[in-house]
Amino acid sequence: MQDKIVLEAANLKKYYHRGSEIVKALDGVELKIKESEIVSIIGPSGSGKTTLMNLIGCLDKASAGSLKIGDTEVASLEENDLIKIRRENIGFVFQRFYLIPTLTVRENIELPLIFAKKSINEKKLLVLLEEVGLKGKERIQVKYLSGGDKQRTGIARALVNDPKILITDEPTGKLETEVKGQILELFKSLSEKGLSICIATHDLELAQATQRIIHLQDGKIVPREKSDLYY
Amino acid sequence: MKFFVLAYKNLKRRKSRSFLTIGGVAVAVAVLVCLLGFNAGYQEALTSDVDKMGYQVLVTAKGCPYEAATRVLKGEAGLKFIDEDIYKQIISDPDIDKITPLLVQLVYDPEKSDGKGGFDSYSGIERSYMELKPNVKLKSGEWFSSDDADEVILGYDKAESIQKKLQKTVGDKISIPGEDTNLVIVGIFEKTASLEDGDFFLPLKTAQRIFEIEGKLTSIGIKLKQIDRLQAFEERLYPIASIQVISMSQVKGTILNLVNSAKILIMSVAFIAIFVAIIGVINTILMSVFERTQEIGIMKAIGASKLDIFKLIWIETLIICTLGGIFGSIIAIFGGNFTELLVRKVMPYAPGGRLLLITPELLLFSFFGVIIIGIISGLYPAFRAASMRPIEVIRSGE
Repeated sequence: MQDKIVLEAANLKKYYHRGSEIVKALDGVELKIKESEIVSIIGPSGSGKTTLMNLIGCLDKASAGSLKIGDTEVASLEENDLIKIRRENIGFVFQRFYLIPTLTVRENIELPLIFAKKSINEKKLLVLLEEVGLKGKERIQVKYLSGGDKQRTGIARALVNDPKILITDEPTGKLETEVKGQILELFKSLSEKGLSICIATHDLELAQATQRIIHLQDGKIVPREKSDLYY
Repeated sequence: MKFFVLAYKNLKRRKSRSFLTIGGVAVAVAVLVCLLGFNAGYQEALTSDVDKMGYQVLVTAKGCPYEAATRVLKGEAGLKFIDEDIYKQIISDPDIDKITPLLVQLVYDPEKSDGKGGFDSYSGIERSYMELKPNVKLKSGEWFSSDDADEVILGYDKAESIQKKLQKTVGDKISIPGEDTNLVIVGIFEKTASLEDGDFFLPLKTAQRIFEIEGKLTSIGIKLKQIDRLQAFEERLYPIASIQVISMSQVKGTILNLVNSAKILIMSVAFIAIFVAIIGVINTILMSVFERTQEIGIMKAIGASKLDIFKLIWIETLIICTLGGIFGSIIAIFGGNFTELLVRKVMPYAPGGRLLLITPELLLFSFFGVIIIGIISGLYPAFRAASMRPIEVIRSGE
């Protein structure tokens, strides 16, 4: 059986204008991410990692090219349609967690459901809490959590809407080595259940633990041997 | 958890700032409620005072008609005297329905107000006084036994204070401070809810004798058969050089005009308070929006639409204004008595009865007024927050 493609970028471009100069943040990226695949995107600062993540996360619009999430061409969609795609297909996990400190673990996790106008399935929520290792901590305000538990809350929040792709930007950047390993294990377990994960990172150790590494340089995907990063 | 809870918890994150903003709105609402309540209350109290006077027309010695009218309304002395002969001269005027002579004197009582001292008002009256004032009725006792008896009828409040302080009531004797005469309490008037409730009433001739001003009056109260005959009546009295005729409706109108002028000034202050409160609300919400730039971006990334963000920020504004409205109304209700006390001290003439009429309608008007203001003032911060692009916001945190 052929692997199902959940994301496909073809000749994806993103240009910015800086005065009269045109900055090519992404210049013709070709990328396919399969179901259950964990892909890391590495590259030096300014290589276009964040731009690519923002485009595939439907947070920004491409200047040219094609981007498909599942079967939907999203490159030409308007803001309202992109919101719908984000709600149904994409989960985000950030390096700085970006949780709402006064809300509890559970309330933070529920946020995407509120925005999606979906009711809360208690059973499913319990399974999710258990899966990410937060069972019993759901009533704690997130400001009292450790960095690892904050990131687990962030991951649970990203998963609550059953996304097809999880996009994470330096997900272990603020975590200790032991917790880093636990999060990576969690990602692996999630991918085994069908979730595709795309990780932007500078952490080569983390990248090497993923199934595929994409090297980005000057807005283009380059072969490993041409990359400026050594490992 | 709904949007409301989320908005409420956001406000709780900055407790001091939210509390101060709510306080600002509350003060503005309280000021507005008190002013509007004063507007309604003063007019009603003044109308009631003037109506209770029973006079349509007042004759006094020549001078400032408004000073004379307010002194009579307040039951104060200090008016120039007119000859009692003038009363006898005009009593037979064909336009007069009812007429009564009045002599009001103030006496200093060093024991008044728990030894602090103060003035008591003594009014010399005749039986015609009761005919002109339909709300003045005897609660207990009876009318004076003769025109110059050493007797006194007490106003309702005065009777209560004498009963409390001296344990004296109808049948007992009291003295006038600084005078040798003892007066027998022969009656107590029913409550009229006017300043007269605190007065002593003596037979006119007794008052003239005790205060050594025989043949003199301070004013004459008149009710005409037809009020539209006022001008003709005034013209007939014009040749008497020492007196003036004052129409109480004119006095009422003039007092209200004066109060209205002051009211416009005070209302301007109230509107400035409201304006400052609005700026405070906008500032608080806007600051909170700017501080949460990244958070708003993340909310958008995890599925919030522009409308969701707009709603969230708008609800925060509404919570501030609603709480401000509730606390402001409570302050106005419970602080109303203090405000009334203050107004009575400041106003040159404050009628009896409640000066501050805080009705449920007024509270609802102010409460919903502040909600509408909240809706309007929340628009800009909510629009600013909703317009943030998630990409720019997340990038700003990198």
